[in-house]
Amino acid sequence: MTLSIAELGQFSLALALCVALVQSIVPLWGAHRGDGAMMAMARPGAVALFGLVAVAFACLTYSFVVSDFSVSVVAQNSHSDKPMLYKVAGVWGNHEGSLLLWITALTFFGLAVALTGRNLPPQLRARALSVQAMITAGFLLFILLTSNPFIRLNPPPMDGKGLNPLLQDPGLAFHPPMLYLGYVGFSMAFSFAVAALIEGRVDAAWARWVRPWTLTAWTFLTLGIALGSWWAYYELGWGGWWYWDPVENASFMPWLAGTALLHSAIVVEKRDSLKSWTILLSILTFAMSLLGTFLVRSGVLTSVHAFASDPTRGMFVLILLAVSVGGALILYAFRAPTLQGGGLFTPISREGGLLLNNLLMTTAMATVLLGTLYPLIADAFALGKVSVGAPFFNAVFVPLMVPLVVVMGIGPMLAWKRGDLRGALSRLWVALAATGLTMAGSWLYVGGTIDDLLAAFGFGLAAWLLVATLVEWAERVKLFRAPAGESLRRAANLPRAAWGMTLAHTGMALVVAGVTASSAYKGELVQSQKIGEAVRIAGYDVTLTSAATVQGPNYEAQRGIFEVRKEGELIATLTPEKRLYRSPPMPTTEAAIHTTGLSDLYTVIGDPDPALPGAYVTRLYHEPLVPLLWYGALLMAAGGLVSLTDRRHRVGAPVRKRTGAATTAAVKA
Amino acid sequence: MSRAATRKKRRLYMVVAGLLLLGTATALVLTAFQDNLVFFYSPTDVQAKKVGEDRRFRLGGLVKDGSVVKTGSEVRFTVTDMNADLPVSYSGILPDLFREGQGVVAEGKLDRSGVFIAKEVLAKHDENYMPPEVAEALKKSGQWTGAQTDAASHKAPQN
Repeated sequence: MTLSIAELGQFSLALALCVALVQSIVPLWGAHRGDGAMMAMARPGAVALFGLVAVAFACLTYSFVVSDFSVSVVAQNSHSDKPMLYKVAGVWGNHEGSLLLWITALTFFGLAVALTGRNLPPQLRARALSVQAMITAGFLLFILLTSNPFIRLNPPPMDGKGLNPLLQDPGLAFHPPMLYLGYVGFSMAFSFAVAALIEGRVDAAWARWVRPWTLTAWTFLTLGIALGSWWAYYELGWGGWWYWDPVENASFMPWLAGTALLHSAIVVEKRDSLKSWTILLSILTFAMSLLGTFLVRSGVLTSVHAFASDPTRGMFVLILLAVSVGGALILYAFRAPTLQGGGLFTPISREGGLLLNNLLMTTAMATVLLGTLYPLIADAFALGKVSVGAPFFNAVFVPLMVPLVVVMGIGPMLAWKRGDLRGALSRLWVALAATGLTMAGSWLYVGGTIDDLLAAFGFGLAAWLLVATLVEWAERVKLFRAPAGESLRRAANLPRAAWGMTLAHTGMALVVAGVTASSAYKGELVQSQKIGEAVRIAGYDVTLTSAATVQGPNYEAQRGIFEVRKEGELIATLTPEKRLYRSPPMPTTEAAIHTTGLSDLYTVIGDPDPALPGAYVTRLYHEPLVPLLWYGALLMAAGGLVSLTDRRHRVGAPVRKRTGAATTAAVKA
Repeated sequence: MSRAATRKKRRLYMVVAGLLLLGTATALVLTAFQDNLVFFYSPTDVQAKKVGEDRRFRLGGLVKDGSVVKTGSEVRFTVTDMNADLPVSYSGILPDLFREGQGVVAEGKLDRSGVFIAKEVLAKHDENYMPPEVAEALKKSGQWTGAQTDAASHKAPQN
C-alpha cells in the first residue's frame, strides 16, 4: 500500500503537467479565435489541475504522516518520534515539499478564479487561466526535473533524520503556507495583467476583477511576514523581530510592490487612470515573488536561514523568472502605448496621494532590492566580498517611509481629481494637535534629551497617522455632528472597503509606534547570574531561582526559572529553556516572555558559567511597544479581509463600457 | 487648456516627482553605502591587507579547536582559515550553533593589539551550514575538504 502512494503522487504530478500544457494553449487560442468551446475548457481545466496537484500533495502528506522513510524527502526531514503537527509541517519544511505547496497554491488560485469568476467575460477568464496554467507548467517542470519529492530510497533507513528543530514550532508551522499563499496569490494579478495586455484593454471593470486576488494575496503575505517576524522574535532568542536578512527582504519586496498595486488599482477602478502603471506593477509584484523564490532556493546569498544550495535549481527559477517576466514585459512594451489614459487629476488630489504612495513604495522596494542584491553584484564585478546589513536598510528605508506616513494621513481626506490641501489640513486640526502633543509628551516622558528627539518624532508620526485615520472615519459617519443613531447607521452602511482602509491604516500607525519604541528604547542586559541573584531591568527585579534539566518529547532541555517582581510583588514566573534536540542533534533557545500587552519582558537562559560555579549566563530584554507590531499586523490583515467582503466584489457584475478602440484592439489580438 | 496639453502637464508632474524621488533615494543609498557597507575578510586577508583599526568588517573562518575560553559573559576564541589565525573577543551569548571546528562569521573591528572585537557573532539555522564566504576562504587557503559541502548540501528550512 505505502509503496504505491508515492508513485500515485508522482503520476498525478506528471498528469498535472500534461493538463497544464494543454490548458496553456487551448483556452488562449480559443479566446483568440473567438471559439466558445475552446474557451470553455479553461474552467474544468483549472479544476482538474488543482485536483491533480492536490492529490500529489495529499500523497506526500500521507507519506510524512505514516513516516514512510522509503521516500527520500521523508527520511531526510522527518522522524518517527516527532509530534504529529510537525510531521505534517515537515511536508513543507524542505525544498521539495515546499515547492509542491507553492504549486498547490498556484493551482488553488486558478481554481478559485474558475469557480467564482461567473461574471468575468469568457475571453478574459480563458486568457487569465491560460497564463496561470503556463506558470503552473513551468513550476511543474521545475519540480519534476530538479526536485522530485517522491524519489524512493532503497533500502529505506530505519528512521528519519528529523526536522530542523527551529522549525518545530507552531509559529513556523504556519508561516510558510501563509507566505506562499501571498507570494503565489500575486500570480493571479500577473495572469490578469497579461490577459489584459493580450486583449489590449484595461478598464475599471478589469481593476474590480483583479482586486479580490490582490487583496487575498496581500492579506496572506502580511500575515505570513508577521508570523515569520514573531517567530524570529521568540524563537531565535535575540529579542529582535526584523534583521533585514536577505530572506526577510525576499518576502518584503513583493509586499511593498503589492501594497503599491493595491493602491494604484483603486485609481484604475474609480478614475480609469494610471492603467499602464498598474499593469506594470502587477508584473513587477509577481516578478518580486519569483525573485524571492530564486534568492531563497538558489543559495546565492548568505543568510541566517540555511539553504540547500543547488545551482541547477537556482538556474531553473532564474529561467522561469526570465521567461515569464521577460515575456510579460515585452508584451507590455508593445501594448502599453495603446492603453489610453483616462481621468485627469491635479497633483493635489486623491489620485495624486495614491500616486505618491506608489512612487514611495516602489522606490523603497528598489532600495531594498539593491541592498539585497549588492553583495552579488559586488562579487560578480570583483569589488570584494561585502555584506549589506541593517544599518544600510535603516538609513535608506526609514527616510522614505516618513513622507509616506505623512501622506497616508492627508490622502484619504482629499477629493478625487482636484483636492483642497488647506481644507484637508484644517479638517485635520485634531490630528495636527495630537501629533504636536504626542511629540512633546513622549519627548518629556522619556527624558527630554537631544537623543530622544528622533524617537519623539516617530511617536508623533504614529499619532498623526492614527488620529488622521480616525478623523477621516469620523467624518464619514458624521460622528458628533449627527445624532448617535445616524452615526451608527452610517457606520453600518459604510462600504467594507472603507472599513478596510481605516483598519489597515490604524494597523500601520501601531506598527510605526512599535518600530520607533523598539529601536530607540530596547533594554538589554547580559550577565552571569547566580542562582538566587536578582537583576534589575526597566523596573523589574528578575531573580533566577533555579535551573534544572527536563525531558521533552524529542529533546532534553535546561530550564531556568525566573521570578519577576515589581516593587517587591511577584508578578510572573518565567521558564526559558535551552533545548538540545535528539534528531538532528541541535540546540535551540526558547525565550520566555512576560507581556503587559504594551511591552515585553524577555528572558533567555544560556550555558552555566564555567568561571563561576552555580551561575548561568542569562540575557534579559525589555521590549517596549513590541506587541503593537503584532496588533498592527493583525489589524492590517483584518483590513484586507474586511475589504475583501466589500459588496462590490460579490454582487452586481461590473459592466464593461464598449469603446471602439478597445474592441478593435481585442479583435486585432 | 486642451485635454492633450493637460495630459502632458500631468505626465510632466509625474516624471518630475519620480525623478526627485529617485534622486533622493540615490543620495540616501550612496551615503548609506559609504558608512554601512561591510566587507568580508578571512584571517589571511586581515594579515595581508592590514585592515584599518576603525573599519568595521566581517571575519569568517573556522573556530579553532581548543581555542574557546569563556569568562563570565566574555568569550575569547581564535578564527582560522588554516593559514592564518586571528584572536577574537566577544561579549555576549554565543549563538546556539557556535562550536569549535565549525564555520563562523563575526562582525566587528580590530583593536590596537590586533584582537578582533566582535560586536556580533552570526547565528545560523543549521548545524551543518557553511557560510559560502567561509567555504571560499577555506578554498582559497587550500584547506578545503569536500566533507564540508556534503554536510551542507541538504537539510534546510525553506521559506
